Amino acid sequence: MRLLPCGDVGLLVELADLDEVLAMYAELDQARPEGVVDMVPAARTLLLTLEPAVTTPAAVAEVVRGVTPRPGARPDAGEIEVPVTYDGPDLGEVASLTGMSEREVITAHTEEEWTVAFCGFAPGFGYMTRSDERLAVPRRTDPRTKVPPGSVALAGGFSSVYPRESPGGWQLIGRTDVVPWDLDRDPPALFSPGVRVRFVEAR
Amino acid sequence: MSRLEILATGALATIQDEGRPGLAGLGVGVSGAADLRSLRLANRLLGNESGDAAIEVTFGGLALRARTDVDIALTGAPTPATVDGVPVGLNSPVHVPAGGEVRLSPPSRGVRTYLAVRGGIDVQADLGSRATDIMSGIGPAVLTPGTVLGVGSRALEWPGVDVAAVRTPIGDDLDLRVVPGPRHEWFVDDALEKLCSAPYEVSAESNRVGMRLTGPVLERSREEELPSEGVVRGSLQVPPTGQPTLFLSDHPVTGGYPVIGVVLSADVDLAAQARPGQQLRLRLTEVGQP
Repeated sequence: MRLLPCGDVGLLVELADLDEVLAMYAELDQARPEGVVDMVPAARTLLLTLEPAVTTPAAVAEVVRGVTPRPGARPDAGEIEVPVTYDGPDLGEVASLTGMSEREVITAHTEEEWTVAFCGFAPGFGYMTRSDERLAVPRRTDPRTKVPPGSVALAGGFSSVYPRESPGGWQLIGRTDVVPWDLDRDPPALFSPGVRVRFVEAR
Repeated sequence: MSRLEILATGALATIQDEGRPGLAGLGVGVSGAADLRSLRLANRLLGNESGDAAIEVTFGGLALRARTDVDIALTGAPTPATVDGVPVGLNSPVHVPAGGEVRLSPPSRGVRTYLAVRGGIDVQADLGSRATDIMSGIGPAVLTPGTVLGVGSRALEWPGVDVAAVRTPIGDDLDLRVVPGPRHEWFVDDALEKLCSAPYEVSAESNRVGMRLTGPVLERSREEELPSEGVVRGSLQVPPTGQPTLFLSDHPVTGGYPVIGVVLSADVDLAAQARPGQQLRLRLTEVGQP
């Protein structure tokens, strides 16, 4: 574990891998250090942002050093099934990049469950990861200016669902009717950190 | 209930408060006033809670009509302002009679002026805040002519201050305190010195998300991709061009480029008042030092 201050408002906790990040997130979510207002888990880091009038990065670091993330401890965020129609415009490209057939890509995407590591890009956009890296494809060289909402996408070993129409450079392999972001829902984000996601092929 | 009718907005006028902390894990940034210090001062002058919602006006141009008697305060970028054609000062409570028109001209210095009203702007809160986040699209719509805004009725005792003495170093070259960022080791040895060696110019590509800066090129020592990670307001993120972007209130929750330095939070308020073409000087300091 390495602790990297971010000015007077943040502390970046660098951990070994996503499992440790989610375990540390779970521990600190139970007993949040005083003055910490936000926690942003990512692939290998957990950012703690704080209220500088209340605490300092050094004081928060002291608390974090005393926490031992327990292996396997993850926020209990539940499991979501996401039905997907696999007809995305980049399905063929993903097949050729991975050396699989389109059918094999679909099987690979649905075979093992994904875990939401963190959210970013847009509200409700969850970065999902898993140990199977066969579908770790690069971003498109030419990003789209308009990606339709509900697009199921891949890039850099992550999978995600676009919450709303936006620009985007990920490879689009399908579409779903699930709504990743709804302000009238509590919480509004479907894919929050720790949620396990199982993609299934829509019939 | 008191109401304000927007007649004109200038380049951009939004409702802002202290934002919505606590939701970054869901991909929702804090947002809120770009210059928090000015927002808070405007509220304090009126006996509001410091985080009550106010109007953030970009480069002046706002005009509104009070439908009932209200009390307002203007802070931030010094805009020539009038009530029914009579000039009024900044950093001071101002009474506006029913039917009165408030007009803000473009400021001579700075970018963002805050117009607060006693009782606070009362519009629907989304996720606990009335801040407009221009990046995520959460919060009240950007103001347009014809919009009618409610005004709250809850306020504290008047503070008994006629005018606040404000040091506004927002006209000349800005001196911002910066500390080494979480990824300063991703740059060549003298990169932090270089960051502080000469001023950076604020480019025209600047908004509430961030400001692109033009100046000394910061060279990386590590070329691999950084996995996206959380970033804070004030971060100086460096894309492959070597020219930093300074993140403001509506910055993305995560970023994929290394952060070489972080501007201290109080100084981000100053940076948010820097105009395109203006020069910023970054001064390396340590957390907790003046």
